[in-house]
Amino acid sequence: MSGRGAGDARIVLDPTSERAPALRARLPRLASLSAVTVGLLDISKPRGDVFLDRLEARLSGAGAEVRRYRKPTFTKPAPLDVRQQIAVECGAVIEALAD
Amino acid sequence: MAPGHAPPPLPDGIVAFVKRDCPTCALVAPVLRQLAGAVPLAVYSQDDPSFPEGVAARDDRELAVSWHHAVEAVPTLLRVENGVEKERRLGWHRAEWEALTGVTGLGPELPDFRPGCGSLSVDPDRVPALRARFGGARLAARRVALADREDAFEAFFERGWTDGLPVVPPTEERVLSMLEGTLRAPDEVVAVVPPDLAPCTVEKAAINAVMAGCKPEYLPVVLAALAAACTDRFNMHGLLATTMPVGPVLIVNGPIRRRIGMSSGMNVFGQGNRANLAIGRALQLIVRNVGGGRPGEVDRATHGNPGKLAFCFAEDEEGSPFEPLSVSRGIPAGRDAVTLFPGEGPRCVVDQLSRDPDSLARSFAVNLRTVHHPKLVLAFDVLLAIGPEHARVFRDAGWDRKRLTERLHELLQIPGDELVRGAGGIAEGGPSGIEGKTLPKFRPDGILIVHCGGRAGLFSAIIAGWAGGAIGSQPVTQEVTP
Repeated sequence: MSGRGAGDARIVLDPTSERAPALRARLPRLASLSAVTVGLLDISKPRGDVFLDRLEARLSGAGAEVRRYRKPTFTKPAPLDVRQQIAVECGAVIEALAD
Repeated sequence: MAPGHAPPPLPDGIVAFVKRDCPTCALVAPVLRQLAGAVPLAVYSQDDPSFPEGVAARDDRELAVSWHHAVEAVPTLLRVENGVEKERRLGWHRAEWEALTGVTGLGPELPDFRPGCGSLSVDPDRVPALRARFGGARLAARRVALADREDAFEAFFERGWTDGLPVVPPTEERVLSMLEGTLRAPDEVVAVVPPDLAPCTVEKAAINAVMAGCKPEYLPVVLAALAAACTDRFNMHGLLATTMPVGPVLIVNGPIRRRIGMSSGMNVFGQGNRANLAIGRALQLIVRNVGGGRPGEVDRATHGNPGKLAFCFAEDEEGSPFEPLSVSRGIPAGRDAVTLFPGEGPRCVVDQLSRDPDSLARSFAVNLRTVHHPKLVLAFDVLLAIGPEHARVFRDAGWDRKRLTERLHELLQIPGDELVRGAGGIAEGGPSGIEGKTLPKFRPDGILIVHCGGRAGLFSAIIAGWAGGAIGSQPVTQEVTP
């Protein structure tokens, strides 16, 4: 690089949010579904409920307690209170993504 | 001057700033020698410490003293007490110099008055470097040192910081120059940018604006667009994440359009205008770099559209039969504003025969019905860009924006029998139960109209939205402030 105004072109400013990739260890895999509360998050896409109904039946059969949650719209991230409620009430969560 | 940076102190007594290259400075050289024998005198020489002869001038070729004490012309004469500037005179003026120094009979052979020259510390060719040298500490962003043999342009591709085209490397000089385009402080947070919900400061926006190719005077528009994009109403997160081919479309209103050289005319959506393209690109680069929104990651677009590189233009207010778009959306006339519409690429509407407004409105309506699918209603908003030759038809008939908008809504009431799933042999459509009813194509505020384009061509353009209303994105208009 050269030209007027370029200055020390070997030093540039970072255009990103500078978030160091926060490597977080995964939680240990559940040994069993027995007596575990599993949250099912419906993101409000059509037919997500069909998928989650089936999952609920399978999980209940395996001894899990199932709780259902729903986002107001699939186009936006889950509201903070929904995320917090799931974190407090559940040992695991499954999100139904697609229609 | 950088806040928090103490300027180099000045010696007490009389202080002068000169340069050899200035004829007035050469003229007053004997006066400075006269003063040196009479009062405590410090002379700072900007270009040659051996000038003026006979005075032990101090070397300010680095311009540090001149820069920090905001010297704008040479000669400049100061009176300093206890390190504090008490008086300042620019150029040569015998009576003023005598009053400031308390020495009479200065330069008896000189004219009474002679204006000076520009200080080297305000020379436009030198200012960016001086600003970086003396003001760089106000920048908070992490410095990235490129390796000696690393090509600066390739380095940005390799770090994932570009949209697929080369970017201007954001050096301290360029970013500091960019920040001169706004009155806002570099550390002010403009918006929290999705999808990472990362705070974006004025400085981070300026870095990306440099990369996008912006001039400093574009920065206020970029900042306003960023604030608008990151509202819950506009829902940049959803717009980014959707599989639909949409991105933010920026429409600029107000005097700033002309001041920064935006295009609202010929080839308005196309190539060739730096302000249009760089402003639109800057917003996209911020979403990518600060927000972390990248194709294949949170950006899940099936096809996307080329406007996702940059889609920004100005409204032709001067030739419009309608009030400006921003005014129709609540911004007072004469103010600068940017409207963000969540849109796909533009599509042409041809009607070369309609000369009465109702015929032309009907042409628009049959085309608008096809937005995303002729059998889908109430799902998508639309931006209708009316070209000047079409606009003339409405002007001649006295139709304003409100009348045209209402007429389009009237013409876009569609029988449910045509929309229901299976009708016309097409599975896509509305749910059963709408038969016998009439449904509007667009929600009540789902049609936006803007006037732009070249003067020749009986054409308009349709820019369709995506999920409209509260469940998706709604257009947002934001005032542009300095």
